[in-house]
Amino acid sequence: MRMIARRLFFYLVTAAVAISLDFLIPRLIPGNPVDAILSRMQGVTVTPAIIHSLDLQFGVGTNASLWSQYTHYWNNVLHGNLGVSSGNAFAPVTEVIRAALPYTLGLVGLATVISFLAGTAVGALVAWKRGSWLDNLLPAVTFFQAAPYFFLAFLAIDVFAITLGWFPSGLAHQSFDFPAWNWTYISDLLDHAVLPALTIVVASAAGWIVGMRNVMLTTMDEDYVLIAAAKGLRKSRVIWYAARNAILPSVSGFALAIGFIVSGSLLTEIVFSYPGLGTLLLQAVSNNDYELMQGLFLIITFAVLAANLIADFVYVFLDPRTRQEA
Amino acid sequence: MAVGIGTELEAGGAPAPGVVPAGAAGGRRRALRLPRSPKILAGLGLLTFFVLLSIIGPFVAPYSPDQIFANSPVPLPPSAAHWLGTTNLQQDVFSQLLAGGGDMLLVSFLAGVLATALSVVVGVTAGYLGGWADELLSMLANIFLVMPALPLLVILFGFLGKTGSNDLFLVGLIISVTGWAWGARVLRAQTLSMRNRDYIDSARIIGERRWRIIFTEILPNLTPIVASSFLFTVLYAVGTYTAMAFLGLVNPDWNWGGMLFYAQGANAELTGYWWWFIPPGLAVALLGTSLVMLNFGIDEFINPRLRAAGLTRRAEGRGRSGSGRPGGQRPARVRRVRRSQQFALTPVIRTMGRAPAAVGSGSEVLP
Repeated sequence: MRMIARRLFFYLVTAAVAISLDFLIPRLIPGNPVDAILSRMQGVTVTPAIIHSLDLQFGVGTNASLWSQYTHYWNNVLHGNLGVSSGNAFAPVTEVIRAALPYTLGLVGLATVISFLAGTAVGALVAWKRGSWLDNLLPAVTFFQAAPYFFLAFLAIDVFAITLGWFPSGLAHQSFDFPAWNWTYISDLLDHAVLPALTIVVASAAGWIVGMRNVMLTTMDEDYVLIAAAKGLRKSRVIWYAARNAILPSVSGFALAIGFIVSGSLLTEIVFSYPGLGTLLLQAVSNNDYELMQGLFLIITFAVLAANLIADFVYVFLDPRTRQEA
Repeated sequence: MAVGIGTELEAGGAPAPGVVPAGAAGGRRRALRLPRSPKILAGLGLLTFFVLLSIIGPFVAPYSPDQIFANSPVPLPPSAAHWLGTTNLQQDVFSQLLAGGGDMLLVSFLAGVLATALSVVVGVTAGYLGGWADELLSMLANIFLVMPALPLLVILFGFLGKTGSNDLFLVGLIISVTGWAWGARVLRAQTLSMRNRDYIDSARIIGERRWRIIFTEILPNLTPIVASSFLFTVLYAVGTYTAMAFLGLVNPDWNWGGMLFYAQGANAELTGYWWWFIPPGLAVALLGTSLVMLNFGIDEFINPRLRAAGLTRRAEGRGRSGSGRPGGQRPARVRRVRRSQQFALTPVIRTMGRAPAAVGSGSEVLP
């Protein structure tokens, strides 16, 4: 468990850095943050009251020292106070995010797990059958690895929602008010989630396929795989032995990948008008809602750290070597 | 000294064992032998196409990307006058596509260079020094790796304001700040594994200074990894710049992300105006594909086992219709081993003031 403790410490440091960045970026970027914000506000009558509130928020023209502003900011964050969202009738940022968070957690979480499982399985298969027609998958995989998530979302909507009409083209459910948890509602929810989830899976599986294939090719040359095959074990079992070991770098590489996947998924949400954090991020950008942007950065970072911690637990479960020292 | 480093970087990339290069010219010739794999050739070809397209595109474009044509309420499909149709403002999509590559490539390569420089400095320093410096630098890299880039970039560009976000150099710099950590991590690991090899030890015993060991003994052997992390960062920057333009955070006039920004704003995907969003999206995707293919090529260069698939296919293609039984792989395996030695990373050992000499990895010879 020493590994988990070390990782936990690292995540706490990362969270502290994220909170500090959130505080420092408006103050460290050269120039006046309030002027920068005003430069983006076009078609809005800027009253002295607005300027004054922005001044207060970003510490412009205040007498308080940077340190006392900083401690004040920490105090707010620790009390769950991330400010108010000007684009949402000045509702608390935490509440605005709380309403959108379940959609993103459900969609991105599920899609990431599916993509990881499917991607590693396909990667193992491609490596095992090297030299067969499966190698022809790799150019296609390369393309999906390189294409922006949101472009794939455009294509998915155009083909599956508009031309074929199989799935709805956006939003998370038909009715805007929250009905009871009955089957009609759940199936409606799933129906709306299929296309965005599919987009995320197709876009992110490529990385897992390539990663797994590369490690699996190396693993297959190991002596224990040769012996397993020589003993006459069933082929599926030999693949299983090799894959079990080859999957470890993919799990430990999860931390590297999850940031990219989350970023891409948020953009996918925007194209699908899916009412999660990504759409909220776009809304914050177009409303110049800076406190919402900052709050979203914190919450998304915390969510990614939590996902990493889960991956660490899985790794400790999979690899006995990490448990030995305890 | 600077010239010497340059030639050594090339020589360290691709020398064959057993052949001692005569000097700088030999190193250069050998470096040119690298692009032989079909992946590297295809990637290079595609990348060259996009670079040329971005440079000459604005000059050969039939119209100005901002020019507004006949008044029509809806985008018009491709026609003889407008090869890729028009936008909802009746601007020529083809002209926008040709104008849209330049800024993006400029920003991406700039970000790639800056981030790679940063990752080499941090990664090699951390790997070579070890101890507390390593702990701190590794932690810094890991923090940047774990933190999701998109919301961070949104805040950065948000507070930068409109003028700052239109400054290409600044945009490249910011993207590089969020994109250097991956390379640093890989380079640190490789430096760490090199630090304790015999030839580094001997250099230390001879009394070479620390920066000299780093620049002439370690860095040349990191060339393939530096190249791979450079390509990776450029790919990251292409995606990030496109995403930022798609969100409207950097100037969308004109780049491919900006075209998608306008297309999304006009619901092009819901109304079937495919000629508006497919060309820019496809351009980004193919540019990215070229970078990924180049990276695959370099990966296979670093780890020859990955090349096995292609060799096996060729070997099996002669014999039978490749069903891929494990048994069928044995003959190819022998070949693979033989090939892999030819491409193994070779340390460059350089005697004081003399030409670099490449020595096979299996038999490090002290000068």
